[in-house]
Amino acid sequence: MGSAVNQAAFFEWLCRIGDNCLILGHRVSEWCGHSPVLEEDIALANQALDLIGQTQFWLGLAAEVEGKGRTADQLAYLRDAAAFRNVLLVERPNGDFGNTLMRQFLFDAWHIELLRALEKSSDARVAEIAAKAVKEVAYHLERSADLVIRLGDGTEESRARMQKALDTLYPYTGELFMADASDEAVVAAGIAPAPASLKAAWDATVSQVLAESTLTHPGETYQHKGGRKGVHSEHLGYILAEMQFLQRAYPGATW
Amino acid sequence: MYAQMVKSEGMKSREDMTPEEIAFQERIDRGEKIEPKEWMPEGYRKTLIRQIGQHAHSEIVGQLPEGNWITRAPTLERKAILLAKVQDEAGHGLYLYSAAETLGVSRDELLDALHAGKMKYSSIFNYPTLNWADIGAVGWLVDGAAIMNQVPLQRTSYGPYSRAMIRICKEESFHQRQGYDIMMKMAAGTPEQKEMAQDALNRFWYPALMMFGPSDKDSVHSAQSMAWKIKINTNDELRQKFVDQTVPQAHYLGLTVPDEGLKWNEEKGGWDFSEPDWSEFFAVIAGNGPCNTERLEARVTAWEDGAWFRDGLMAHAKKADARRAAARMAAE
Ligand SMILES: [Fe+2]
Ligand SMILES: [Fe+2]
Ligand SMILES: [Fe+2]
Repeated sequence: MGSAVNQAAFFEWLCRIGDNCLILGHRVSEWCGHSPVLEEDIALANQALDLIGQTQFWLGLAAEVEGKGRTADQLAYLRDAAAFRNVLLVERPNGDFGNTLMRQFLFDAWHIELLRALEKSSDARVAEIAAKAVKEVAYHLERSADLVIRLGDGTEESRARMQKALDTLYPYTGELFMADASDEAVVAAGIAPAPASLKAAWDATVSQVLAESTLTHPGETYQHKGGRKGVHSEHLGYILAEMQFLQRAYPGATW
Repeated sequence: MYAQMVKSEGMKSREDMTPEEIAFQERIDRGEKIEPKEWMPEGYRKTLIRQIGQHAHSEIVGQLPEGNWITRAPTLERKAILLAKVQDEAGHGLYLYSAAETLGVSRDELLDALHAGKMKYSSIFNYPTLNWADIGAVGWLVDGAAIMNQVPLQRTSYGPYSRAMIRICKEESFHQRQGYDIMMKMAAGTPEQKEMAQDALNRFWYPALMMFGPSDKDSVHSAQSMAWKIKINTNDELRQKFVDQTVPQAHYLGLTVPDEGLKWNEEKGGWDFSEPDWSEFFAVIAGNGPCNTERLEARVTAWEDGAWFRDGLMAHAKKADARRAAARMAAE
């Protein structure tokens, strides 16, 4: 079970998935009580809850693989920004509700492909987590794709807002498909798919949903990167300052 | 209790009732449920709309003080539990707005009234959550007080309201337990954590007592609502029950209830306690609580900023309908 893989690379890779869930879950949870309609308050709280649940699994496994006696909570609450491995996309500020939905859609369309591939992972623990998460994420994608379509093909204003969100966020999607030595190691061990191998299916989903939404595909744009290597935007520091406040202010306390 | 000082109608004596009203009252006295399509006195309908509406508003405004700590919850587990709880509260709002809709008022109309300051929500949500133990205190005391009121309301005379209460009560006991669980951790924690726990109890004790509304002797609205079984117990009965339940729990935590007058009364088999400062209660109800402005502003902003979203969905639904109609025409 993953014995052939370099444990440091495996740990790095698990932090990447876990941190994506944690930081996106944090952003989504910021909407609690503030969304445009009660059904969205419920849906977003539920989505944040799913993502935090997935974080517990991924970072829990990361801690186990690391083997230094750390816990998922310690990874979440006691690492500084440079040790976080999430992509820049998920730390983008919420903006308006359309921006939040578009970020979710672009992420979900990738997340579902990743999890489907991970269900076949050579590591049973990874496959098991993926099998649980894939059901939740299928629902996230169904919702976010549906809303992108309806708002794209809604009023002039909703269309303009969704287009702006798409144009703003699209340059942060390329990082989802990049690979380095850690990725290559987990791919070689059969633990995970090559990031680039998810691109065609993601492109197909995105193109189909955008076409139905009447939005204009941004095409080839500049792509930002850095999060997966720990080089983040200024936003992450504030997320962590808020998220980690109690653990930092009262070291050693249990909650 | 999420409905406070709900304005009811003056109590009618038997001689002043019409035959229809007498028959209606007799159904209620027999313990029958009143269903939406059935005849009901206008006053019954109006009082229920005010009460259920206020309750629904309390659930959604109630997301805000707890939502205030979701991003700062100290562990992943606590964050997940709090998210689940706040999601439940939004769900309660949904059930209750649906129950109110069966009385002929739309959710949008009720929200407009809330946003215009014409309808209230529970006074308790105008108090701030200042430290993490406040999240424990809210679950323990605020959900605890809500349960006191809502358990009897499962037997209320209006069918849809009663059924909403049954669903809601199932979830509320989980809310109270998670709150008490936070308090146990805090009270048994470091000196700083214990201080936070005591501070939370100090600030939430009297506001929680106020949730039941003013004393029965000053409560003008009770008699008719009780005859209609819209209100099952008096404010003072519920408050006493709440104190009797809560004081031993506070002692178990090793915390001090901030009431010098608190004394066990052997004769009544309950605790004697001090009244809250009712002038503070009336100030909060009138809009002068510590968070009234922020709470209402947050709701109004969410609604106004979301207008384009709701309009977009409506426009899309219309387009989709038109496309379906056109496809049907072409097929014929
Ligand atoms: Fe509730
Ligand atoms: Fe509640
Ligand atoms: Fe509750």
